[in-house]
Amino acid sequence: MIEQPIISAHQLTKRFGNFTAVNAISFEVQKGEIFGFLGANGAGKTTAMRMLCGLSIPTSGTATVAGFDVYKQTEKIKKNIGYMSQKFSLYEDLTVKENIRFYAGIYGKSDEFIKEKTNRLLKQLHLESEANKLVGSLPLGWKQKLAFSAAVFHEPQIVFLDEPTGGVDPVTRREFWNMIYEAAASGITVFVTTHYMDEAEYCNRVTIMVDGRIEALDTPSALKQTYHAATMNDVFLHLARKANRNGD
Amino acid sequence: MRTLKFLLQKEFRQIFRDPAILRVIFVVPILQLLLLPWAADYEVRNIKLAIVDHDHSDYSRRLTSKVTASGYFQLDQYTDSYNTAYKEIEKDNADIIIVIPAHFENDLVHESEATVFFAINAINGVKAGLGSSYLQSIVRDFNSEVRDEWIQIPRFSPDINIDVRPNNWYNPLMNYKFFMVPGILVMLVTIVGSFLTSLNIVKEKEIGTIEQINVTPVKKYHFILGKLIPFWILGLLILTIGMFIAWLLYDIVPVGSFFTIYVFAAVYLLAVLGFGLLISTFSTSQQQAMLATFFLFMVFILLGGLYTPIESMPLWAQWFTRFNPVTYFIEVMRLVVLKGSSLSDISTHIGIVFLFAVMVNTWAVFSYRKRNA
Repeated sequence: MIEQPIISAHQLTKRFGNFTAVNAISFEVQKGEIFGFLGANGAGKTTAMRMLCGLSIPTSGTATVAGFDVYKQTEKIKKNIGYMSQKFSLYEDLTVKENIRFYAGIYGKSDEFIKEKTNRLLKQLHLESEANKLVGSLPLGWKQKLAFSAAVFHEPQIVFLDEPTGGVDPVTRREFWNMIYEAAASGITVFVTTHYMDEAEYCNRVTIMVDGRIEALDTPSALKQTYHAATMNDVFLHLARKANRNGD
Repeated sequence: MRTLKFLLQKEFRQIFRDPAILRVIFVVPILQLLLLPWAADYEVRNIKLAIVDHDHSDYSRRLTSKVTASGYFQLDQYTDSYNTAYKEIEKDNADIIIVIPAHFENDLVHESEATVFFAINAINGVKAGLGSSYLQSIVRDFNSEVRDEWIQIPRFSPDINIDVRPNNWYNPLMNYKFFMVPGILVMLVTIVGSFLTSLNIVKEKEIGTIEQINVTPVKKYHFILGKLIPFWILGLLILTIGMFIAWLLYDIVPVGSFFTIYVFAAVYLLAVLGFGLLISTFSTSQQQAMLATFFLFMVFILLGGLYTPIESMPLWAQWFTRFNPVTYFIEVMRLVVLKGSSLSDISTHIGIVFLFAVMVNTWAVFSYRKRNA
């Protein structure tokens, strides 16, 4: 028996007035996959992700996330996902511990769970000595790792990451991807947007969006073969040249 | 309930970590109550006077000294040229010119009738109006003094005299501070409450944390309660500090009970915070929220009867004040502080403000969206 896809979208569309941000995209994501969403700025990645997270109402098409409908069951979807937006969204005027406690708490986790897991996490991130420092005082790389940890702390089925490594140095980016792998290994499905092509190579499958449409969807190696390209970068350039839209 | 606990814990931590908010809570009430009652003084004193005396008689000098001895006026110029006096008005050194004509004494003694002319600078209407009425009553007094001296009082006075003896209830000494300070307390609670709420929520929009909350299963009413409760408590705290300062500085202790004031304030704050919340759902930046709040509450406060009596407003404005929560709180504060009204006396006020609170908050909850169209 084939397992039900954890995310499935069919002809999903989002229009803002005359502008079609996301144009009838269809895809399925399997449980435990690291699913990459690639595209230039303004290609519609974030809009697509916001619809799946229940932050934005689709104009047409259908989609289910963790088995729930994106029109009617958004609150149920929200219980089962984690989300890390482009904008850093932990509270800078709260400490590391307080932020984790807050986000875990509003997902309804018990005090014992929070306490035990926080200690484990701080050890893992080597942040024990910073636990009571304000998040605002941490360097960007640590902030991003912390934001990711907060997004998966409540052990969701799926985590949505919107350009999680923007502005982060290469070493930290590598560490960040190690954390993504660990999350995926523990059974969390990862849906990640990026425009770093080397990161695309880390994904199980990637989607390349151009002007709101899905131009290609396959494993990185299959894509390279199809487009006779040596790297994902070449694949992307080949497809993105067709774009009419200007980046933002 | 557990979710609410986490939201409140987070909110209080942020509030008490923000030096700006702490300053607003403790410094603003002290400054406002220290300064504003002195500025909002209805008594006009130190009206500058130029007297043009064409008579130089005993009586003209008596009138002059009577006017200056009243305490309301300050003699700037005593001259016999109208032009000199007029220049003083032009230079803003004088507010009123009194012209005592030649033969003033003569006319008064022999004809029993004399004229005095006032020229008043009416740029400041309040000062001009009050100044001229003070002067008129001083001249009236002077008039009867003179008459007493010259006219033999018959056994039965031909003038029927009604002796008016006012008794000022609730504020026997007509101390305007007893009248202003309760109103200023209302202003304080209103401004702090509305600004803190609207700015706080819009700030979360600006830094993007609100989106992170919107993607969690936190319910709308949990989030809104999590924002309202802390500022509701802060509002009551500020009211308490304000009443303490009013007692300390002006010796104002409510004649009625504190309980009545707190019950009304509790309901009133719900309405004010609701307005703040509503503004925040329509604003995308702190500037927008600030301007909208400022505009709305400036109108509410100016039309709230704090500085000017509502009865003297045009009818349409009086009608508007019935839809202004600030009006009700100012009335209630004055009723309870000065007159000692009890809960049952102000039950209508409570009812109306409660209705406001329900309406505004319902509107705010409906316009707060966890997802965008």
